[in-house]
Amino acid sequence: MGALSTKEKTLWYIGALLIVLYALVPVAWIISLSLKSEADLSNRSFLPTNVTWENYEGIFSGTASDLFLPALRNSVITCLLATLIAVVLSMFAAYAIARLNFPGKRLILTSALAVAVFPVITMVTPLFNLWRQIGLYDTIPGLIIPYLALTLPISIWTMSAFFREIPWDMEQAAQVDGATSWQAFRKVIVPLAAPGVFTTAIIAFFIAWNDFVFGISLTSTSDAQPVPAALSSFTGSSYFVQPTGAISAAAVIVTIPVVLLALVFQRRIVAGLTNGAVKG
Amino acid sequence: MARIELKNIVKKYGDGFPAVNDVSLDIADGEFVILVGPSGCGKSTLLRMIVGLEDITDGELLIDGKRVNDLAPRDRDLAMVFQNYALYPHLTVRENIEFPLKLNHSKVPEDEVRQRVQRAADMLELGEHLDRKPANLSGGQRQRVAMGRAIVRDAKAFLFDEPLSNLDAKLRGQMRTEIARMQRSLATTTVYVTHDQTEAMTLGDRVAVLRKGVLQQVASPRELYEQPVNLFVAGFIGSPPMNFLPARVRGDRLELPFCEVPRPAVVSGEHDGKLLIVGVRPEHFDDADVTDVPGEAVTFDAQVDVTEWLGNELYAYVPFEAAAETKQQLAELDRELDGESMRSQLVVTLDAMSSVRDGDSARLWFDPRRMHVFDPGSGANLTRDEERARRIAEQSEALRRRSLERAQAQQQEQVPA
Repeated sequence: MGALSTKEKTLWYIGALLIVLYALVPVAWIISLSLKSEADLSNRSFLPTNVTWENYEGIFSGTASDLFLPALRNSVITCLLATLIAVVLSMFAAYAIARLNFPGKRLILTSALAVAVFPVITMVTPLFNLWRQIGLYDTIPGLIIPYLALTLPISIWTMSAFFREIPWDMEQAAQVDGATSWQAFRKVIVPLAAPGVFTTAIIAFFIAWNDFVFGISLTSTSDAQPVPAALSSFTGSSYFVQPTGAISAAAVIVTIPVVLLALVFQRRIVAGLTNGAVKG
Repeated sequence: MARIELKNIVKKYGDGFPAVNDVSLDIADGEFVILVGPSGCGKSTLLRMIVGLEDITDGELLIDGKRVNDLAPRDRDLAMVFQNYALYPHLTVRENIEFPLKLNHSKVPEDEVRQRVQRAADMLELGEHLDRKPANLSGGQRQRVAMGRAIVRDAKAFLFDEPLSNLDAKLRGQMRTEIARMQRSLATTTVYVTHDQTEAMTLGDRVAVLRKGVLQQVASPRELYEQPVNLFVAGFIGSPPMNFLPARVRGDRLELPFCEVPRPAVVSGEHDGKLLIVGVRPEHFDDADVTDVPGEAVTFDAQVDVTEWLGNELYAYVPFEAAAETKQQLAELDRELDGESMRSQLVVTLDAMSSVRDGDSARLWFDPRRMHVFDPGSGANLTRDEERARRIAEQSEALRRRSLERAQAQQQEQVPA
């Protein structure tokens, strides 16, 4: 493509601006809602008449705090554990897929893909029944297991693309230098695959962090309920008041880590996603 | 320090194609052996079987008399330099070199590690680069780091897989002498794979020429050059390559495209009337106008097509019409040797004083005693002198031992100092 003419450029800018607005307006709206007072919520204007922090106070120390704080804790624990397990498991799986020729290799990759495109909602009802019977319902492991089902396929695909990029010779050199397979893996392959491991971890974390369906269906109390599910059980100060302000404030809080991760590691995430897309 | 014996080694891949077929080779302790051949001849596969990165389908591999077929690479105690160096990019030069020593099963005390790394770095002049990452080094420096990693360990043998092919011509020449010097002073058994016949000729105590997985000849460079066993070896060794001319046997004469020569005594009368292939090296021709023609020489006139003056010598190209019967086979041979000559031509290396230029008619001579006669069917060299070949082999073995002893004596002197 040659250089764009001024007219084309302007059109591109307008298009880009529209898309950015489309994506950002809801976020801005939620931020604005979270800063409104209860009376202000339906004032039919975008901006709050008076900026107030009462919603944030509410979720951290007020009425909603005994719902929100445990949920935040649950979310952090569940997502970190799910990410860690997914990364470790997918690292081994991806290494085997990238390096070894074994029967059923294609089967593993295609079934990973099949699981990834499987509609999540169809798993919920059977899992709900099963979990209740075996006592995993409303527990943190009961959430981690389905999260692994969500995060493992994409982790395996992303990671095997990264492993495939590492020259075979590296590992063979290590073996000739006297390393065992495990030493070669740990001292040469893992450090070289570190960016891939990192990307995979971030992607896996996002998937777990943003889940709502499993969170709402497989938990019921603050023992295990993650933030997205907890939001739906917020109540207003009276039966007739919607908890919109508190929900908005909580939504802003749980968005912050995701936005931060995305901003800090945006290049790696893009690299990871395209790696998986092109090479996988 | 090790002797490596290959006994009837075979490598078959999944499709049953033998990439290496029945290769037997005995590499003496401290010897520098080159595996050479055109691309796809199985030389790298053979090396990787020695080091343990490829399984051996059939045959036996012995290191110091011990069968190592089923040993993992780490248990064979060999050091290898890879074609792309395979340096660990996340480690510094120092960490790369000490990597083999730091693996916990080879417990080497910390200060000995430092000493050995320092010695390797001094030997390869890497001292000032020890804390840099491989990505910031030049090609030649990376190559030296790869060698450092190999020599730091006192392995039983060094294996090189085309270590110089990623360097430019000048650096390649320098590194070549560097490798030769290193091998002499360490006196470590070395197997070196290359497709470059210059490297093979200059570095090796002995050179093993491979063709399609089959060993053709194992001999000193000198023997390969003077007494090749067949057409393939004769064509592969030497630069520019040997000229192959169709020759018709007529009684006790051989009819060549440009002249007639007496039939060598070893070519028996049974070939009378048949077509043979005569091989003459370009450097065995010369210009009759500027050099003295020996009594036995055959002189002929030739129409020169193109000349290349290099300062120390002059290449002249003389086209000729090859007989159809040999044309096919020579074209085949050329393809096998990775060549792609479009026409049959004679390449001659003349004295730099020669005044022959493009389009001139030149008066050339060569000594028929230096030519080789090949059987076009089997490719066998009919004029190979076994007695002479044996003498050359003995001589080069004696020379090898002498220089090895000298290097070791020098080493001994340096140790106390």
